[in-house]
Amino acid sequence: MGVFDIIGPVMVGPSSSHTAGAVRIGYIARKLLGEPVRRAQIDLHGSFLATGRGHGTDRALVAGLLKMQPDDTRIPISLYLAEQAGMEVVFGQVDLRDANPNTARLRLEGESGARLEVVGSSIGGGRIRIGQVDGMEAHFSGESPTLIIRNQDKPGCVTEVALLLSEFHLNIATMQLYRDRPGGLAVMVLECDEEIPLGAREWLSQMDGIEKVTYLGLKEGR
Amino acid sequence: MGFSALEEMGRRAKEQEKPLWQVVWEEDCAFSQMEPAASLEKMKAMYRAMKEADASYQEELVSASGLVGGDGGRMARYVESGACLCGPFVGRMMERALKMAENNACMKRIVAAPTAGSCGVLPAVLLTCQEMLPAEEERILEALYVAAGVGEVIASRSSISGARGGCQAEIGASSAMAAAAVVTLKGGSPEAVFHGAAMALKNLLGLVCDPVAGLVEVPCVKRNVVGAVNALSAADMALAGIRSAIPPDQVIDAMRDVGDRMSVELRETGKGGLADTPAGRAVREQLEKQSRGGSQEDVG
Repeated sequence: MGVFDIIGPVMVGPSSSHTAGAVRIGYIARKLLGEPVRRAQIDLHGSFLATGRGHGTDRALVAGLLKMQPDDTRIPISLYLAEQAGMEVVFGQVDLRDANPNTARLRLEGESGARLEVVGSSIGGGRIRIGQVDGMEAHFSGESPTLIIRNQDKPGCVTEVALLLSEFHLNIATMQLYRDRPGGLAVMVLECDEEIPLGAREWLSQMDGIEKVTYLGLKEGR
Repeated sequence: MGFSALEEMGRRAKEQEKPLWQVVWEEDCAFSQMEPAASLEKMKAMYRAMKEADASYQEELVSASGLVGGDGGRMARYVESGACLCGPFVGRMMERALKMAENNACMKRIVAAPTAGSCGVLPAVLLTCQEMLPAEEERILEALYVAAGVGEVIASRSSISGARGGCQAEIGASSAMAAAAVVTLKGGSPEAVFHGAAMALKNLLGLVCDPVAGLVEVPCVKRNVVGAVNALSAADMALAGIRSAIPPDQVIDAMRDVGDRMSVELRETGKGGLADTPAGRAVREQLEKQSRGGSQEDVG
């Protein structure tokens, strides 16, 4: 947590956790999807469910899906803007075990039919934590350039990824590994200090055993 | 990642013979890999955004629920009339706290400090100090770093989320930060800064988060006033040489303990306290009826 997590962000009210954090969750989900959202099923958990509507959490999540930032003055009218953009939004509720009180599950379908499920929690002061991507554990904040790599769980994959990043002189800040079962599908989440250039990402996605590379940059798309 | 104890922050300042604000600034730049000058520029931008938000107040605006709006204007006229019992300094401060918190409730742009629900406390105190002490903007920016440093320690040892720790974690934290800022502005020692923050936090321990209909409106807007006034009184106590009997870091730990023991109904769920009064429930039911009537959403 840095100085500007405490003094800041500049944001549209009324709640840093329920409004600004929700915009961030929507925004990061949209970036992870990588294309405009055609359909969104948004399920709210805990305090998001209990008081979300009063805090504008619904409008905030949708604003994020429309690539708005937390200080965008159009947040209050995001549901209308989504309708204009042809985005279908359905709200529901969900009870997630052991989840932070301010949590949402977003099931997205993109323009080209791409699908993504993201579970994100707002952890106070407008900061968030993505807890699951496509049903797999993944813990990241979206505050650093983040690579999410889906790969087959087999020896050497991690080494190859790390080696490639070092060839591009990219420093890894945190690295997490998850898998559904030995030899099954695995996920690597890497938070880096610098932006990952497109060249490196293309290289990664062509590597043997890697199924999908999703990138969350800081500058891209702002 | 900032300091996890006020004691550690104070020790660093003493060892390096630097003022507190500089220690917080340098630590943050090292951790976030931000150029020191860029950090100062960003802090200046935050303070400018606070000023703009203060100036953007519109008395005629009413929040979505209709519960909030216009009180900043009422207080401004009252203070102007000279009748304010607290005097012009505290009067202006209360006016600003109301205005900023009402801005937030009306979905206008504000600066979370540390949260949106508590966004009125720090600007109310600092803008009023700049106007009435007066204080130079450079000193205000330094005070903001100290406030942020105190906020970081609170976030790290306890919480700044109402859903986790109740209102004490939001208005309590902002009040502690504002007290630290004022003591800094007035040239108090690091010890006085920390004890000012500790006394502000202590005096709001146990404050529950019980928003009517779950909205950041009632009682949030007026609690920004008490956060500002409490900060000023705690700062004055600290500057007078009064100290917290419980060491500042332990006060923060106590806030966490109280938050952990607080029932979930009193942590931003809108189910207890003021939210669960007959009047509070009536507002909620009214809003639910309205949203069912004109909704384009399908809330399952």
